[in-house]
Amino acid sequence: MELTLWTYEGPPHVGAMRVASSMKDIHYVLHAPQGDTYADLLFTMIERRGQRPPVTYTTFQARDLGGDTAELVKRNITEAVERFKPKTLLVGESCTAELIQDQPGALAKGMGFDIPIVNLELPAYSKKENWGASETFYQIIRTLLKDKVNEIEKINPKRWMSLGRRPKVNILGPTLLGFRCRDDVIEIQRILSEQGIDTNVVAPLGSSPDDIARLTDADINICIYHEIAETSCEWLKRNCGMEYTTTIPIGIKNTINFINEVHEKLDLPLTNQEELEHKSKLPWYSKSVDSNYLTGKRVFIFGDGTHAIAAAKIAKDELGFEVVGLGTYSREMARQVRAAAKELNIEALITNSYLEVEDAMKKASPELVLGTQMERHSAKRLGIPCSVISTPMHVQDVPARYSPQMGWEGANVIFDDWVHPLMMGLEEHLIDMFKHDFEFVDGHQSHLGHTATKGLDNKEDEHAQSNINIQKKGNIIWTDSGRAELTKVPFFVRGKVKSNTEKYALSKGLPEISDETLYDAKAYFG
Amino acid sequence: MSKVDLNKETGPREVFCGLTSIVWLHRRMPDAFFLVVGSRTCAHLIQSAAGVMIFAEPRFGTAILEEKDLAGLADAHEELDRVVNDLISRRPEIKTLFLVGSCPSEVIKLDLATVAEKLNSRFLGQVRFVNYSGSGIETTFTQGEDGALKALVPLMESTDDEKLLLVGTLANNVEDRFKKIFNNIGITNVESFPPRQSTELPKIGKNTKVLLAQPYLSDTVRDLKHRGCEIIQAPFPLGVEGSTKWVLAAAAAFKINELKVHEVIAPLANRARQAIEKHKEILRGKKLFLLPESQLEISLARFLHNECEMELIEVGTPYLNRDLMEEELNLLPDDTKIVEGQHVEKQLDRVRASNPDLVVCGMGLANPLEAEGISTKWSIEMVFSPIHGIDQAADLAGLFSRPLTRNQILTSKSLATH
Repeated sequence: MELTLWTYEGPPHVGAMRVASSMKDIHYVLHAPQGDTYADLLFTMIERRGQRPPVTYTTFQARDLGGDTAELVKRNITEAVERFKPKTLLVGESCTAELIQDQPGALAKGMGFDIPIVNLELPAYSKKENWGASETFYQIIRTLLKDKVNEIEKINPKRWMSLGRRPKVNILGPTLLGFRCRDDVIEIQRILSEQGIDTNVVAPLGSSPDDIARLTDADINICIYHEIAETSCEWLKRNCGMEYTTTIPIGIKNTINFINEVHEKLDLPLTNQEELEHKSKLPWYSKSVDSNYLTGKRVFIFGDGTHAIAAAKIAKDELGFEVVGLGTYSREMARQVRAAAKELNIEALITNSYLEVEDAMKKASPELVLGTQMERHSAKRLGIPCSVISTPMHVQDVPARYSPQMGWEGANVIFDDWVHPLMMGLEEHLIDMFKHDFEFVDGHQSHLGHTATKGLDNKEDEHAQSNINIQKKGNIIWTDSGRAELTKVPFFVRGKVKSNTEKYALSKGLPEISDETLYDAKAYFG
Repeated sequence: MSKVDLNKETGPREVFCGLTSIVWLHRRMPDAFFLVVGSRTCAHLIQSAAGVMIFAEPRFGTAILEEKDLAGLADAHEELDRVVNDLISRRPEIKTLFLVGSCPSEVIKLDLATVAEKLNSRFLGQVRFVNYSGSGIETTFTQGEDGALKALVPLMESTDDEKLLLVGTLANNVEDRFKKIFNNIGITNVESFPPRQSTELPKIGKNTKVLLAQPYLSDTVRDLKHRGCEIIQAPFPLGVEGSTKWVLAAAAAFKINELKVHEVIAPLANRARQAIEKHKEILRGKKLFLLPESQLEISLARFLHNECEMELIEVGTPYLNRDLMEEELNLLPDDTKIVEGQHVEKQLDRVRASNPDLVVCGMGLANPLEAEGISTKWSIEMVFSPIHGIDQAADLAGLFSRPLTRNQILTSKSLATH
């Protein structure tokens, strides 16, 4: 049993709903009690979808449990097939139905329909949303292609040459309620078409069972979201020999790496290598003098595996930040995130608990947080600027404007989204110049809005509190000069400077902290 | 009883389960914590319904059952014990802890009553434990509050003092207004259940006269009756008419002269009717279809028909208690079609066929209907907004006129001409 106040991921059947709702001509009969329909609002309210998710909930009640719930399942299946006429039917159960073991998938298969039926077994007590989406996508592909893969030859990624056509790829992984998937797909297709590569199928988003059946017309697969599509890509590789790309094209370097990987796999010569450097404004914006102030900004990153890893790379290599924290809630991606953290000489945080993330954030005292909507709230409480880089989705993560994360435009969006919450270089410079003027009040910095003042108030309280504690514990007193010097330290590092100075004073056995102690500590810690 | 047309329907439903009521209950009693014993689905449901990210640390959570808990029941009890210990050391300010059963905990027959009993003796004097079920296999949406309140009834001490007890969660400002009105007509001893602090439960007994503020409290009412309380028959305090009759019914129970009540209420009622007028201009003659969700549908239909002159196509309700709703049913126009239960697909067929001007429905259905060109009002707003009482009547009408006004703004002028 795990105490959960808030969860990054829903149950696995919500992942299945993400796949089903992303597709056309598909219907999902979910053996579930009243209440589980809440999941519909994720699609209709957060994504602002104008269609209901294609889901029928069997809505069994306590009084049905003594009787024949299997009949109820069958009735709902019959009605759903008649009403919605799907080309493929998904059948599964939510957490409660799993316990009563009606095996709706097996029931459906025995009912004599002439459409493919995908039996979804998604263990609700051990797995979560992304796993459920991945498994559902895989089971759909497997069901619709398992006969075909035995008949066709292994797919050679270079076959497009002998077939006398342009190379063709599938883009696998985008779903509803996936972070900026809608726009990432457009961006990736644009990049590929510039290189003379056609898109065969995009799935699950916007695809139908007919599209899934023709996945094998492509030469390779592009996996744009490991959490959702890796299992499917592996299956297609194993059974059809289809190669797939593993580089996620988020950030300039990885977009270029991605393009190279695609070309290598297809054995297609890359003719515009030099042009690629200039496709996005990010490299120049990052190089321009104003961005000097971004150097070494401390950034804390938490999100799903794919976006957290990508963010760490961009932060370090493309914006010149210092990554002081990296973590994920995606257990399936823990290994990769740990490896990315190791390269940065930090330890990865793998957790489902947002309170643990908030604690880690506090300890790292970052100047920028890149996280989920929950980290945005935590950062707000701590008075730290934040940009959202990952699911779980919030209505604000579905902007009206074109706003991808991947490719060239994605890099532009990322530069703006990450840098705007920070103070601009020139502004930071001016504040530094004028901060001793009596007109200057901490907290009126444009980028923090009204929350800054609140954050600072909290900090002041913390000051007062920790002063008392320190006095009790180590008898350290901040002298007037020490205190005055501390207020001159920019607010966003003040907490860190204060705790470092106290640590230093304690270690040296100093009874009080003056302005000189503060500078001693600064020199000591570097 | 008026000759309403009562129907029953079964099938797939699009209604929240009882766990959702935690969203308003925990705000009403800030010293209480609601611990759902359930699955990741339960946790996800509550956070999705409540949008809980605004909280630093909410006063509700879920003890998520895992595979190992399902293997053997003894384990599950011990595990729950451990979770409760963690929670109480983390939140020492909690005075009442509600153990809330869910679909999975009911199906595996986790005995939360026994757990609560054991915890009560261990944390005696520090935290009080009560249990109820908010599971979707037994309760819909607002019935969760019924379960929570019923669980508190045995903890209410006895008294023979005469008092008026308002039962059902009200917004604090609405509660204050009601108390003032009752004081003005001469009922001075007025208390509310649930109280604002979980530890300040009102005392009850044979001289307690219960006036229901919410229509979904069948089980609580039954238990209050067993404790000797008198249940005042009245419609519910939505709109001027409902609120006036509600106050009059209380006055009658306290043998207060009706003239005295009218003297107090008349100026408020006049003011409210005037305020409703501008909404009535928009709502008059418009066709209304209510889908089942909160059990407030019948009272809302009565208000929107009688005071705003809307035309009722169909009034859905997840559950109908005819005894509690008798006064409301009497106020509805003859032949009003009431449908208890739901087959969501068939009901949506009827919605489309009847071409309504406004549909009251859940959040899962609202945007899809809007996309079909049908104006909607989400019903969950009814349980989160202060809508009870004479002073709120115009606001209540406004909840329904706004989508129509907006629709008019967007379609007739700006979008069409640009």
